[in-house]
Amino acid sequence: MDRRAADVAARSSGGRTGLVLEAAELSLVYEREGQPVRAVEEVDFKLEAGERLVLLGPSGCGKSSILKAVAGFLQPASGHILIRGQPVTGPGPDRIVVFQEFDQLLPWKTARQNVAFPLLVAKRIGRQEAYRYADDALRKVGLSHVLDAFPHTLSGGMKQRVAIARALVTQAEILLMDEPFAALDALTRNRLQTDLLALAEELKFTLVFVTHSVEEAVLIGTRIQVLGGRPGRTVATISVDAPQLKDRTTFEFQDIVRHIHGYLQSEGTEKAA
Amino acid sequence: MSEQVRSLERVRDVQPRIVREAKRNGWLRSATSSVFVRRLLVLVCLAAIWQFSAALAHNPILFPSFTETVSALAEAVWSENLLQYAFASVLVLLKGYLLGIGLALILVSFATLNNFLREALLTLTAMFNPLPAIALLPLAMLWFGLGEKSLIFVLLHSVTWPFSLATLTGFQSVPETQRLVGRNYGLRGVRYIALILVPSALPSIISGLKIGWAFAWRTLIAAELVFGVSSSSGGLGWFIFRNRNELFTDKVFAGLITVIAIGLVVEFGIFRALESSTVHRWGQQR
Repeated sequence: MDRRAADVAARSSGGRTGLVLEAAELSLVYEREGQPVRAVEEVDFKLEAGERLVLLGPSGCGKSSILKAVAGFLQPASGHILIRGQPVTGPGPDRIVVFQEFDQLLPWKTARQNVAFPLLVAKRIGRQEAYRYADDALRKVGLSHVLDAFPHTLSGGMKQRVAIARALVTQAEILLMDEPFAALDALTRNRLQTDLLALAEELKFTLVFVTHSVEEAVLIGTRIQVLGGRPGRTVATISVDAPQLKDRTTFEFQDIVRHIHGYLQSEGTEKAA
Repeated sequence: MSEQVRSLERVRDVQPRIVREAKRNGWLRSATSSVFVRRLLVLVCLAAIWQFSAALAHNPILFPSFTETVSALAEAVWSENLLQYAFASVLVLLKGYLLGIGLALILVSFATLNNFLREALLTLTAMFNPLPAIALLPLAMLWFGLGEKSLIFVLLHSVTWPFSLATLTGFQSVPETQRLVGRNYGLRGVRYIALILVPSALPSIISGLKIGWAFAWRTLIAAELVFGVSSSSGGLGWFIFRNRNELFTDKVFAGLITVIAIGLVVEFGIFRALESSTVHRWGQQR
């Protein structure tokens, strides 16, 4: 028990400080039907421990490609991505991704087994211990009543909660979320946004979050990087860390949402011209 | 408004009648709702039709009735060691089947490594899958002689290619997100195949196991029929072949029924149980 408590303390993100992620002059190219498509050009960002960076932009601006590159699924065409000073060479469990698709949960595993899966794959702890961590994580996302349920019996929102629990349990250096709430209905989406924000404030994890929803970006992030154009470039960087911006009903929230919509719209007219 | 109320009342009126009817048909419905009972009913009907048409034909040498076949079956089991024949067949079958599955798993694992190996395996399956395995038996007998080795060689062929094809197709249809999840957690090589690809492709793999089993069973019986005794104790095909030569048609039927019975036991006892404890339970297949 002592060892476990010490372990949690050592691995908790709260204890971490300093520069976690750095991308410099990042350009990305992917292939579509044999043709190279330039997705992103010369995008820079830095992320300190505990910060939450939201990449915001319309579809096709390359924001998901950036996330794929940070995760290690896509090699940069030029520029570099550093995690704690080390270049990214491939996927790894220090950067856990939460996808938009519901089938990211493994259908042959229960909620508990799904969450324990990355811990068991890492082989650092035994099954009993992994299940205890999994149960803790599932309790954090409000799912302690469906520990033994298979994914196909869960609703879309519950599946995404399990996926978030599975990311949390790894205590990864960075969490990467690729529009995790985009396929949910509006009510469920609002509730999950609020809950994710509460978790982020409690656990202080480092997060890169991709979305095309301005409200979601303001609510979730500490900083928003607005991307636009094809290939995508940085249009603006906005700090949204203030506590009054974490409440949809405040004037400040409404105001900054309008302000950011302005950036996105001017980007749209520029493209049309 | 009053119109609506009246129509609502009409609905309320109808309800009890439906309930009553459901109660009247209750025992019949609950009896036929059991899958086992329904299947048994089908078999009983088939046996009755058989008995009736055999009585019409009235030619026991060519077309024995159901009851004659059953008594021939009982006699064959008691005095002619039919079960031993069946056991010999199943034993050879299992050897060939397991070897074939094992070989296919190795081939498919290599095929997941790169596109060249995958194309190579697809070409091999395209070549050998349409080739009836039994057509290789003469060659096998030249190479391995008359006996179990030849049979296992053709069984291997009848299982490996369809099972490889099903498994490879299953691997290819694993959702991209699940692949990324596996790689995200650092899974590679054999662990990636075993922990992500195989369970995700299990519906295809089970269907490949079934197809392989059916092919192997057919190939084995055909081999025993055409080429007679294959191992020291013979097999079911040999039993059928020998009794046909002596015009014991009822025993030929008894042999056929044994082949069918083993097929049914494997289908419902093994494959259905496997499906309901895995892919059905996990919602991968309905």
